[in-house]
Amino acid sequence: MKLYCLSGHPTLPCNVLKFKSTTIMLDCGLDTTSVLNFLPLPLVHSPRLSKLPGWVSKDGTVNLEKELKECAGRVFVDSQPEFCLPEKELLDLSTIDVILISNYHCMMALPYITEHTGFTGTVYATEPTLQIGRLLMEELVNFMERVPKAQSATCWKNKEIQRMLPGPLKDAVEVWTWKRCYSMQEVNSALSKVQLVGYSQKVELFGAVQVSPLSSGYSLGSSNWIIQSHHEKVAYVSGSSLLTTHPQPMDQSSLKNSDVLILTGLTQMPTANPDGMLGDFCSNLAMTIRAGGNVLVPCYSSGVIYDLLECLYQFIESASLGTTPFYFISPVANSSLEFSQIFAEWLCHNKQSKVYLPEPPFPHAELIQTNKLKHYPSIHGDFSSEFRQPCVVFTGHPSLRFGDVVHFMELWGKSSLNTIIFTEPDFSYLDALAPYQPLAMKCVYCPIDTRLNFHQVSKLLKEVQPLHVVCPEQYTQPPPSQSHRSDLMLELQPPPMPYRRCSVLSLPFRRRYERIHLLPELANSLVPSEIKPGISVATVSAVLHSKDNKHTLQSVPKPPPVPPTKKRKRVIEEPPEVLAPKPLLSGAVPLEAFLATLHKHGITEVKVEETADGHILHLQAEDTLIQLEEDGTHIVCDNNEPLRTTLRDLVLRFLQKL
Amino acid sequence: MPEIKVTPLGAGQDVGRSCILVSIGGKNIMLDCGMHMGYNDDRRFPDFSYITQNGRLTEFLDCVIISHFHLDHCGALPYMSEMVGYDGPIYMTHPTKAICPILLEDFRKITVDKKGETNFFTSQMIKDCMKKVIPLNLHQTVQVDDELEIKAYYAGHVLGAAMVHIKVGSESVVYTGDYNMTPDRHLGAAWIDKCRPDILISESTYATTIRDSKRCRERDFLKKVHETIERGGKVLIPVFALGRAQELCILLETFWERMNLKAPIYFSTGLTEKANHYYKLFITWTNQKIRKTFVQRNMFEFKHIKAFDRSYADNPGPMVVFATPGMLHAGQSLQIFKKWAGNEKNMVIMPGYCVQGTIGHKILNGQRKLEMEGRATLDVKLQVEYMSFSAHADAKGIMQLIRMAEPRNMLLVHGEAAKMEFLKGKIEQEFNINCYMPANGETETVTTNPSVPVDISLNLLKREMALGGPLPDTKKPRTMHGTLIMKENSLRLVSPEQALKELGLNEHQLRFTCRVQLQDPHSDSDTLHRIYTHLKSVLKGYTIQHLPDSTVMVESIVIKLSSSAEDPNTKVLLLSWSYQDEDLGSFLSTLLKKGLPSGLC
Repeated sequence: MKLYCLSGHPTLPCNVLKFKSTTIMLDCGLDTTSVLNFLPLPLVHSPRLSKLPGWVSKDGTVNLEKELKECAGRVFVDSQPEFCLPEKELLDLSTIDVILISNYHCMMALPYITEHTGFTGTVYATEPTLQIGRLLMEELVNFMERVPKAQSATCWKNKEIQRMLPGPLKDAVEVWTWKRCYSMQEVNSALSKVQLVGYSQKVELFGAVQVSPLSSGYSLGSSNWIIQSHHEKVAYVSGSSLLTTHPQPMDQSSLKNSDVLILTGLTQMPTANPDGMLGDFCSNLAMTIRAGGNVLVPCYSSGVIYDLLECLYQFIESASLGTTPFYFISPVANSSLEFSQIFAEWLCHNKQSKVYLPEPPFPHAELIQTNKLKHYPSIHGDFSSEFRQPCVVFTGHPSLRFGDVVHFMELWGKSSLNTIIFTEPDFSYLDALAPYQPLAMKCVYCPIDTRLNFHQVSKLLKEVQPLHVVCPEQYTQPPPSQSHRSDLMLELQPPPMPYRRCSVLSLPFRRRYERIHLLPELANSLVPSEIKPGISVATVSAVLHSKDNKHTLQSVPKPPPVPPTKKRKRVIEEPPEVLAPKPLLSGAVPLEAFLATLHKHGITEVKVEETADGHILHLQAEDTLIQLEEDGTHIVCDNNEPLRTTLRDLVLRFLQKL
Repeated sequence: MPEIKVTPLGAGQDVGRSCILVSIGGKNIMLDCGMHMGYNDDRRFPDFSYITQNGRLTEFLDCVIISHFHLDHCGALPYMSEMVGYDGPIYMTHPTKAICPILLEDFRKITVDKKGETNFFTSQMIKDCMKKVIPLNLHQTVQVDDELEIKAYYAGHVLGAAMVHIKVGSESVVYTGDYNMTPDRHLGAAWIDKCRPDILISESTYATTIRDSKRCRERDFLKKVHETIERGGKVLIPVFALGRAQELCILLETFWERMNLKAPIYFSTGLTEKANHYYKLFITWTNQKIRKTFVQRNMFEFKHIKAFDRSYADNPGPMVVFATPGMLHAGQSLQIFKKWAGNEKNMVIMPGYCVQGTIGHKILNGQRKLEMEGRATLDVKLQVEYMSFSAHADAKGIMQLIRMAEPRNMLLVHGEAAKMEFLKGKIEQEFNINCYMPANGETETVTTNPSVPVDISLNLLKREMALGGPLPDTKKPRTMHGTLIMKENSLRLVSPEQALKELGLNEHQLRFTCRVQLQDPHSDSDTLHRIYTHLKSVLKGYTIQHLPDSTVMVESIVIKLSSSAEDPNTKVLLLSWSYQDEDLGSFLSTLLKKGLPSGLC
C-alpha cells in the first residue's frame, strides 16, 4: 500500500493512494498562490499598470522588459496568470481508477487531471461540492477569458534567467509546469465524470474496496473519506471544522479505529480565532462606512461569504447601516446565493429546521428581498448605473490578480477613507497588495479560517485513535515565522509520517485476512468439533471462486456418474481424479482404549511391546504391525487392503481432524 | 434456516392505511403507518393490537420507516407513537419530515374540528411524534443499530418519496412505498441499484394497467379543460395539496401562457403558496430539468394561478379550480362539487386513484345519484372524467423495477386482490420467482439462504489463487483445503498447518507401509524403470520421479524396491505414505498388486 504525494500545499492536497488493487486519487487541489507573481488583469484599461517600467538586470545583460514589470521594488510577470499544477510525472495518471473530492476548494485542478491525460475513471463528490465547485470554476474561467491577454511570457522561466531574477520569482518552483487556466469546455467535460454521493453512502470499488464520505463540517457538502476493506481502514481527513457555522457538523466517530489517517487541510491561521476575526471585520466595516469611505472585501463566491452575510444581517440594524448598500459582484453571485438555499440536507441543524417552516435557511434571502444586498454578474451593465457610495463590495478574486476586485483596487486604492478587509486565508495580504503599491487605502487583515487548529486536531486524534498518521511535512514543525511555538505542530506517538511534493510513502499495513463467503450448501455440510472449550474447528474442502475481487467457497461438485461405455472395465485403473489431500491430524491414540476397540472388532490376538517412544502392537493373526507413538501412528500391513482401511478408521476415531 | 416474515397490518390486498411489519434477522421494522380514507371508524387505522395486546410498542419494534407524506402512508403515525405508544426511531426523508406534520394537522382539523370526533390525536401529539423523526438522505447508509442498516432510494411518486433497502447481515428487504418509473413534469423516475434483496415488497396500485404515454394523457386533459372553458363551464379538479397539484399547475400554467387564455385558475387552500415554497427549497428532489434551470426561472412561481376564496364558487363564467382533498371525501372539494354537480356544462376531473367508500370512487363507477348526509340525494349531472395522473408505477413499471433490483422473492401490497393475482402470475412466469400477496393480518414467511462471511488467511487465499492460475478453469475446479476456526464470534479459515500452530496442538502423523510382491523377471533397476514407466502412463498429471537411490516417488509417496532373497524374479515393493495421501497410496498399492503389464519396455 503506497501513497504518492502530488502536491506540497497542505490545504490544497492531491495524493494518490494505492490500496489493494485500486488506485485512488484523494483530492485535486490547485495551488493558485503562483498567480501572485503575475501582474493584475484590469477589466478597464489601467494607465498606471501600463506605465510600469520593464525589468532589466542591474548589469544590463538580461533584458526582459516585455515580460517583467517592476512595481514598488517587486517584479511581476506581465502575462496571463498561471497556476501550479499537481505533479504529473510521479505516476501515470491514466491508471487512476477514482478521484475522491473532499470539498469544492480541493477540486480546482480537476480538468488538468481528467482531461488530456487518458484518465478514464470516475470522480466522486457530494452534490453541493459539485454544484459550487462548478460555480467556482466557471467564475475562474470567466475572470480569465473576459480580459484575454495575447502575451504569454516564457523567457523568464529559463533556468539560467530565473536564477538572476529578484525574489520571490527567483525562488518559485516548478515554473515550467505552470499552466494557464482551463476552458469552460474542459470544465464541463471534467465535471461530467462526477458521480454524486451522499454522506455515509457506501460505494463499492471493484468489489475490493469500499469508500464512504463523511460530513467534515467545513463547507457545504464537504467530506472526509473512509477507504476500507473488511480488514483495513484508511481515513482521509481534509478540511474539517468543529466550529458551528452553516454546514452539517463533522462526523468524528466514523473515523475511529483506522489503520492509517491521512491528515490535510488544517487551518492556515493557527493563531487567529475566527470569532474574533468576525468581530474585527464588522467593527472595521462600520467604522469606514461611518467615516464616509467604501469597504472592499475580496472573497470567494461561496463559503465564508454566507457566514459574513449572516453576521452582517444581525449587525446592520444595531450599527445603523440600514441604508448602506451591500454589493456582491461575481459572474456566479446569483447562482451561489440561490444554490445555498436548496441544500437543506447538508446544513447544520438550525438551518435545516428553518426549511421545515418553510423558510429559506440563510438570511441573505431577506437581505436581497429588502434590497439591502444586491448582486451583479460584473461591474459592467446594471451595476454601473445603480452603484451608490459609500458602500460595501464583496467580490473576487481574493488574490487581487483578476476579477472585478482589480477594478475596485484601482478605483479606491488612492483614498485613505476606503478600507480593504481581507477575510480569505489563502493568500498573504502583503503579497496580494504588492502590485498596487503605493496605496493610500486602509488595509485590515481578518483571515477567517474555520478549519481544525492544532489543539483541536490533537484532541480529535486522541479520540479516534488511528494507528498511524500521515501529514504534510509542514505540520511536523512549527511555522517558520514562529519557530518557538511548539504548540503549532503535531506531536504524536508514534510520530506522524511526513510527506512533501513528490514523496512516495509505503504505508505500514499488515494485511493478514480477507473476507470470503461460504455458500449455504457448504456451510451446512461442515461438521464442527470442539477442540478446546469455546473453540471449534471444522475442515473445509471446497472450490474457490473469485470474481470481481469477491471470493466465495462452494461445495466440491459431485462428479457426474460415469456413463456406461465400453471402456468400463478400465475404470478401476482411473487414478483418483482430484488431488484431495486428507486433513491434518492431531491428538494421540491411547493404548488401552485402542486395544479395547480392536477387541470389539474381533482382533483379539495382540502382542504389545513397549518401546522408547510408545508401543508396538503385533496383530499376530493378521501379521500386521501398528506402531503407536505420542505424535504418530504407523500401520504396516501387507496385502490386506480391507484390514488396513479398518485399522485406519479405528485409529482415526481417536484423532482430531484439521 | 433463517427466515424473513412479512405481515401487512394494512395495504394487504387493499389500498389504504399502509402498514407492513417485517421481521428480519431478529429485527422488527414497521414500514409506513397510514390511515384509510374509506373508513371513519376503527378500521381507519391499522390494527396495532396485532403487535401487542397491551401496552406500548417500543420494545417490539426496532424502527419505523415512512416512505412518503401521503396520509395513507403516515396518517396513523401520531396515533401509533403517542396514543398506542412508541418511542423508538422513526425514519423519513427531509421533505417528508417537513410536509408530513402539515398534512397530519390538516387531517386532524377536518376530523376533530369539522366532524367533531373526540379521542383523536392532538396538535401537540403531532409535534411530539415529529420529534422522534430522524431525517434520511438519499443513498446514505443509516446504521439503526450495530446490525440493522437502511438506505433510501429516490421513488418519484411525490416530493421526498423514497424506497428503502433494509439489511441485516446478508439478508435484505426492499420496500418501495409508492413509486413511479416514468419522470413527470416535476419529479424524476424511481431508481434502485442491483441490490438483490431477499424480498421486494412493491405497491401494485396499477397492477393490471399499462398506461399510454404521459404526453397523450396530458393532451387529453388539456383538451377537456379547454373545451369546458370554451363552452363557459367550470372545471373542478380535486387534488391533494402537494404532489399531483404541482404537476398539473405546471401543465396548466404553460398551456395558459401558450394559448393566451384568460379564464381564471384558482387553487383552493392556503396551503398552495406554502406548498410551492417547499418545492422551491427541496428543488434537489425534483426532476433534472427543473433543477438545472431553477436559478433562472423557478417553475413553482405561477403567474396564472391565484388563491381561491369560497365566494368565487358562485361567480358566473368559466373557471378552473384545484381543490383539496383529492377523493371528494370531505372539505372544500366536496363543497364545490355539491355546488356544481347539477350543471351538465361543468366537469370534474379526477386525476388520481379513489379509495372505495369515497364519493370520488362512487362517481367514477358511474353512480349518478348520491346519498348525502341527512337523507338528501344529489343528482350528478356534470361530466365526470378520470385521468390517471397519480404517479404510481404501472405493470410495466413494476416489472422494470424487478429487473433493476433482481429480488429473490416478490411480495405485493397496496393494490386490489384480483389485480394482484394477475400481476403475481405474470411475475412468477417472467422472472421465475415466488410472488406473495398476503392479506391484512396474514404472515408470509420466506426462508433465506444467506452465505456465511468468513475471514480467510491471506496466505491461504494467495496460495490458492496462485495455484489456480490467473483465470479460473470452470471445467476443472480446484478444491482447496483449510480449517475453519470458530472462536467466540469470529470465523477464520486458515491452512491446517496454521490452525495446528495457532491452537497449540501437536500434529499426529499417521503412516501406512505396505509390501507388494511382484513377479518380474528383470534386474532390479529395470523393474524399477518399468514401474516408473507404468505409473507415468497411468497417472497423468502427477509428479513422478525416478530417484537414483532406487526409489520411485509419486508426489510424496515412496516406492522402494528390493528383490526377494530366495527368488530374484520376485520383487518386493515397499510403499509408504502418510494419511494425507491416503487416496493415492491406496490406489497405488492396489494397482501394483496387479503386476506390470507385459508390453512395457
